[in-house]
Amino acid sequence: MLAAGLAVSLVLAAAFGSESLSFTGLSDEQRAILFDIRIPRVLLAACVGASLAAAGAGLQSLLRNPLAEPYLLGVSNGAALGTMLAFTFFETVEWSRPILAFAGAGAATIAVYRMARGRAGMSVERLVLSGVIVTTFLSSVIVMLTSLLDAAKLRSFTFWLLGDLSQSTLSGAYLAFAVAVLGTVVLSSQARALNLMMIGERDAFDLGVEVGRVRLIVFVAVAAMVGSTVAASGSVGYVGLIVPHLVRLGAGSDNRGVIPFSALAGASFVVIADLGARTIIAPRELPVGAITALIGAPLFIYLLRKS
Amino acid sequence: MQMLEARNLKVKYGKAEVLADITFSLSEGETLMLIGPNGAGKSTLLRTLNGTIQLTEGEVSINGKPLASYSRHEIAKRIAVVAQENETKFPITVRDFILAGRFASGTSFGWDSGSDISAAAAAIMECELEGFEDRLMNELSGGERQRVVLARAIATGARILLLDEPTANLDLAHQASMFRLVRKKCRDHRYSAVVITHDINLAAEFADRIMLLTEGSQYAIGTPAEVLLEASILEIFEMQVILDNNPVSGNVRVTSVY
Repeated sequence: MLAAGLAVSLVLAAAFGSESLSFTGLSDEQRAILFDIRIPRVLLAACVGASLAAAGAGLQSLLRNPLAEPYLLGVSNGAALGTMLAFTFFETVEWSRPILAFAGAGAATIAVYRMARGRAGMSVERLVLSGVIVTTFLSSVIVMLTSLLDAAKLRSFTFWLLGDLSQSTLSGAYLAFAVAVLGTVVLSSQARALNLMMIGERDAFDLGVEVGRVRLIVFVAVAAMVGSTVAASGSVGYVGLIVPHLVRLGAGSDNRGVIPFSALAGASFVVIADLGARTIIAPRELPVGAITALIGAPLFIYLLRKS
Repeated sequence: MQMLEARNLKVKYGKAEVLADITFSLSEGETLMLIGPNGAGKSTLLRTLNGTIQLTEGEVSINGKPLASYSRHEIAKRIAVVAQENETKFPITVRDFILAGRFASGTSFGWDSGSDISAAAAAIMECELEGFEDRLMNELSGGERQRVVLARAIATGARILLLDEPTANLDLAHQASMFRLVRKKCRDHRYSAVVITHDINLAAEFADRIMLLTEGSQYAIGTPAEVLLEASILEIFEMQVILDNNPVSGNVRVTSVY
């Protein structure tokens, strides 16, 4: 059902935009818009949504924390900082962006995890607090870096930071697709172990889970997924937080379903959000991260009050 | 046939020696109970037996092979733990909680097989949890949750059970039924069990052997009658007791003098 929903949203998003298009009888110019710009962009949106949602689902299970999310934990900012450094210092090296984004995401993940792990283990509050510290610290570094840029670059960067799907390169999109698919498969392969880790780390250990290995696999997958999406499209927040929660409400907490379904639902979510970003104030654009935050934050408050 | 052997176990954290030179073996069908004051190292000892806590010195063997040579998976197939259960933050049904015990026997992705489901169902029946399957764990009382944890341990199919104060939150009837079930698994299904308990009389009733632990050292090990002596209890627990025999079973009965 979710797959059908994704298909529908993909078609819708392809059809609408700053110029409405049908699929038949297109002029050359319209065909160019559809195939060269819009369809790749819609597919990238799907990949970004899938990666972020699946990564969020994985992190929440691993860390036993319903508030774990790449954006809130500072992983997105780490990737953004990496991308900025690549952009500023290695502009001509095309692969520098995703590689440094991955490194930044990985470093942020490790930092948050280490900080959150006190002597008595890791509480929900400690993790959120560590996430806030890392996020705000990295934000400040990013702001400092942007102040070094000239005005034109500054504006486009600020826009990009909030999630901008219009700047992606083709190779960035291919990478995002590959990582989205591969990452979701890898995380899904750990689904049973993650189910046990959700019960408790000690319980999981007693029942035969190699806790250290699962943690490493999930962190690497999440860093790759967040790194590739941020490198392609900036920092899109709340997807990893909201989508898994909604999926769990509908389908229960079993990760064997939650992870792949979150990928599908996340894809639809960002495709629709990007549709909004392109059409609400057409012909100008809003950053898609602003849309996801505007939808996501109130939705999350509602979910919090329900539980 | 020795299911489990512990030789010269020692655990040190920095300068602090938490466990010193513990040696014992556990045969098939045997229930060994660990008794001692708070902080004596009972939980630490229990946790070295399945590899949760690393030994500073000494070795644990399962079926003749050193524990260190087994993978986590293989250990989980042979040893199951029943410990105080932490509150779960995500909603999970009793059935799914018990099915989680089948992790080590299953394939890494697969949906639960027929044997998993029947093992879980058998465990539910043995622990008298029929009707609880669809209830959420965090809706249950502490005692009910303890019984579910025991059911999960049984569902794993592991034949060595490690139980850390399993009757802590249970009422009289369920304390008895839990110990009876452990004894039944040991006697009828060739399980072995190591049980930590504070209830000396329950231990006297159900243990084949008792180990008295104090300050990380093994004070005595033997049958309840051999180990539970007034002088020993006075020295270790600093508690005056009177010993006689349980009028129903004939086993040693310990009565505290207040």
